[in-house]
Amino acid sequence: MDYRSPLAKVRGLGSAKTGTFHWWMLRVTAAALIPLSFWLITFLDLSIHAPYQQTVDWLASPLNTVCIVAWIVAVFYHAALGLQVVIEDYVAAEGLKIISVWVINLVFLFLAIAALIAVFRIVLVG
Amino acid sequence: MAEFTLPKNSVLTEGKTFKAPQGATNIRRFEIYRWNPDSGENPRIDVYELDMDSCGPMVLDAILKIKNEIDTTLTFRRSCREGVCGSCAMCVNGKNTLVCTKAIDSYSGTIKIFPLPHLQVIKDLVPDMTHFYAQYASIKPWIETQTPPPADAERLQSREDREKLDGLYDCVLCACCSTSCPSYWWNSERYLGPAILLQAYRWLVDSRDESTGERLDELEDPFKLYRCHTIMNCTDTCPKDLNPAKAIAETKKLLVQRKLG
Repeated sequence: MDYRSPLAKVRGLGSAKTGTFHWWMLRVTAAALIPLSFWLITFLDLSIHAPYQQTVDWLASPLNTVCIVAWIVAVFYHAALGLQVVIEDYVAAEGLKIISVWVINLVFLFLAIAALIAVFRIVLVG
Repeated sequence: MAEFTLPKNSVLTEGKTFKAPQGATNIRRFEIYRWNPDSGENPRIDVYELDMDSCGPMVLDAILKIKNEIDTTLTFRRSCREGVCGSCAMCVNGKNTLVCTKAIDSYSGTIKIFPLPHLQVIKDLVPDMTHFYAQYASIKPWIETQTPPPADAERLQSREDREKLDGLYDCVLCACCSTSCPSYWWNSERYLGPAILLQAYRWLVDSRDESTGERLDELEDPFKLYRCHTIMNCTDTCPKDLNPAKAIAETKKLLVQRKLG
């Protein structure tokens, strides 16, 4: 039998005083990805149709290097933030929820690092 | 995990059918959710065929006709019969509404009436609103001030400031919006839901209230507020044509403004 009052259950542990930054960054990265994704179409077109060296040279120009790095940072940050929200929505078990959020954040962190190293490697080494 | 299927004891069964009286020509079929906690049986769908020539125009009129003339065991809430009390919120043909202000003619064919979704059912069309009301109490829906009221006078408010409350104070707390929200279905233990967040915003924008900061502190939480993903079912279903989704968006804007502005 649970004798806690309905109000005690609702108030629970109180407000986390957080969430605004998460929500705001989800919007900021989404907005950033609109122009960056148009740029990405050009890059994908080159990757598929142009010779390897031409693509690397194109990517090595300062503006394009900045664009690919910005796209990688924005897309993996956005994905991690967004998937965390999905986990929080659908996974009710506390333990599983915390582990899933960890896994998602770490996986996207590693993917972002790997992608950035790959970019620097081909831009600097060729 | 979120539950996507009904538990075994909630699966619907076929119920009784009450035929229209002999000679009735203008017949409408009503299928109504019935569940009695004392019977130990699964919920069932009872079918009532009503003679519309002797029935009022609203869905509530049909429910009252059933209660008065056909089946007195049908249990539901109603009070004002004019959309002000918020008691008769139900799910009609898949969309939550106040049945007292919803015309039967606005539907075609069979009318299916269920209790508000995803609340515990007490009996038939009566859901348990305890948690919903506790959530309402938790946002302190009253004015909070430090300044004492002026002697022998009320706290004044400009016309412009008063207009900010239009579309907010009109809410009758029927819970149509909250119970239509998938986020509220999955996380109602912690997510406040559109109705309560609209009421929270009503006090955030009241020019006479002096606790805006504390109110925002209380709302700033990944679950209490940020489970809203702008699904918009709330605004779509509101029988009073209010816009809870906008109130929630404005609350988020206030929080961003507080951080960045």
